Amino acid sequence: MTTISRTTYQIPIGPIHPALKEPVNFTFEIDGEKIINVDIRLGHVHRSIEWAGTKRNFIQVLYLAERICGICSYCHPMSLALAVERTAHIDVPERAEYLRVVHSELERIASHILWVGVAAHEIGFDSVLFLTWQVREMVLDLIEYLTGNRITKGITMIGGVRRDLTAEMVPRILETLQQLKKQVQRLHRVMLDDSTIQMRCRNCGVLTKEDALKLCAVGPTARASGVRKDVRLDQPYFAFGDLDFEYTTPDVLTGEVHGDVYDRIIVRLLEIQQSIDLIEQSLDRLPAGDIVAESKLPALLASLKKVTGEGIGRMEAPRGEVFHYVRLTAAESPYCWKVRAPTYNNILPWIPMLLGQQIADIPIIAASIDPCMSCTNRVTLVEDNQPSLVDRETLHQLSLEKTRRLRL
Amino acid sequence: MIPQLLAQLFKKPFTNKHPRKYIPSSSTTFFKDVQNGKETMNPPVKTPERFRGKIVYEKEKCIGCRLCLKVCPSQAIVFKEEEKKIKIYLARCTFCAQCNDICPVHCLQMSDEFLLADTEKYSPRLTVE
Repeated sequence: MTTISRTTYQIPIGPIHPALKEPVNFTFEIDGEKIINVDIRLGHVHRSIEWAGTKRNFIQVLYLAERICGICSYCHPMSLALAVERTAHIDVPERAEYLRVVHSELERIASHILWVGVAAHEIGFDSVLFLTWQVREMVLDLIEYLTGNRITKGITMIGGVRRDLTAEMVPRILETLQQLKKQVQRLHRVMLDDSTIQMRCRNCGVLTKEDALKLCAVGPTARASGVRKDVRLDQPYFAFGDLDFEYTTPDVLTGEVHGDVYDRIIVRLLEIQQSIDLIEQSLDRLPAGDIVAESKLPALLASLKKVTGEGIGRMEAPRGEVFHYVRLTAAESPYCWKVRAPTYNNILPWIPMLLGQQIADIPIIAASIDPCMSCTNRVTLVEDNQPSLVDRETLHQLSLEKTRRLRL
Repeated sequence: MIPQLLAQLFKKPFTNKHPRKYIPSSSTTFFKDVQNGKETMNPPVKTPERFRGKIVYEKEKCIGCRLCLKVCPSQAIVFKEEEKKIKIYLARCTFCAQCNDICPVHCLQMSDEFLLADTEKYSPRLTVE
């Protein structure tokens, strides 16, 4: 009798790898083509933004928050503003609440269209990538028309928004939205009726509902697994409480939930349509009035200087729930500022998604949660090269050593 | 999808060929020729109304209140003590227009000028005073 020795080998992917757009390090344990274990390491793009934020006043921090991530350049400063408003008890005018909805949904559309293109690129459909770029350009042009710039919008202000939307702007917005609807329908056909995409994405990278709940997945990743979770509906902020919409889960379209990559494509495509609808609804109901609670900025800064307390701001960013915490101690700058980006929650769900899959599926599964490493990296180990994982044995050993030192 | 891809072959490219359709053999001589009127440049895409470009500073209006220094997120503005006026380094400017908003006498405006590349970050083209 001969014994066959089964050996596995390790493949490191990243931190710098062409399949991953941002630095993250995977170590895969591979048996043949099958992934049997995954280890994920983060911390390659830590920039000490939170520390830098505690050295600036509240208006300056908004622009720093805007630069946490290029795609979420609206939701980060806005949730910071929500946190500060909650702490300082600032009431935002109703018109500003509706305008905030318009900008947040425009950001979602731009982000999701970009994601659809990247997902298509990962499985080799580069013509779809360029098609999505064409559609995204329309959205960016609209954002530029409304805010002045395409990406770093600079629209956030504590207590409202910085730029109003005038009556003559509405026809152009509605016209673009109509065109966008047609284009998104086309993207639907291209992405969902294609047999190759179905073959690559169906039953690939499955995240079950139980795992999604257990690992606290957020945003489209969680909704694609059938978890009805959306901050816009669970704890309405801005004017979302007045608007009419529902949770987007894949069973809306197909009647069943698989929790695979294909479902994540469905959820994001449906969310683009939902966002277009939400913008139209909020434009319909847009009330007249002020766009900012305190238009005199020196007065705003002076009033924030007197505030003591802590607050949180939560928002449904394109990738899921973003969370900002601030602590104010009657000073010019925040005493403490903590950011938790949606990708942070979606890192652990990667592991059940990747287990049992093939090496060739890694790029599309990694991309399927729409990871954003620059948002996520909030903590880094200062002692580099030495993995400072301390297990129970090592701790025990350290304790014994200390006792020995005491005896001497 | 396929009909569109085929149609794309015969369409004009969407990209605006700015400043020229093909790369000139020497960009320095090309821009010199443009200045002397020998060559023409393809104009860039028009900027929208609310675009935030290079800051325009009306020095006479400025009262030296230093509020813009206080809110500038990138600390691009310095105060000239003897003159009681400001100086803006565009190499640091993030074009957020926050200084425009806070200015009590409205002496700062955003223009539509965005071609601000330079080899020297303190060059006169990149400082507003």
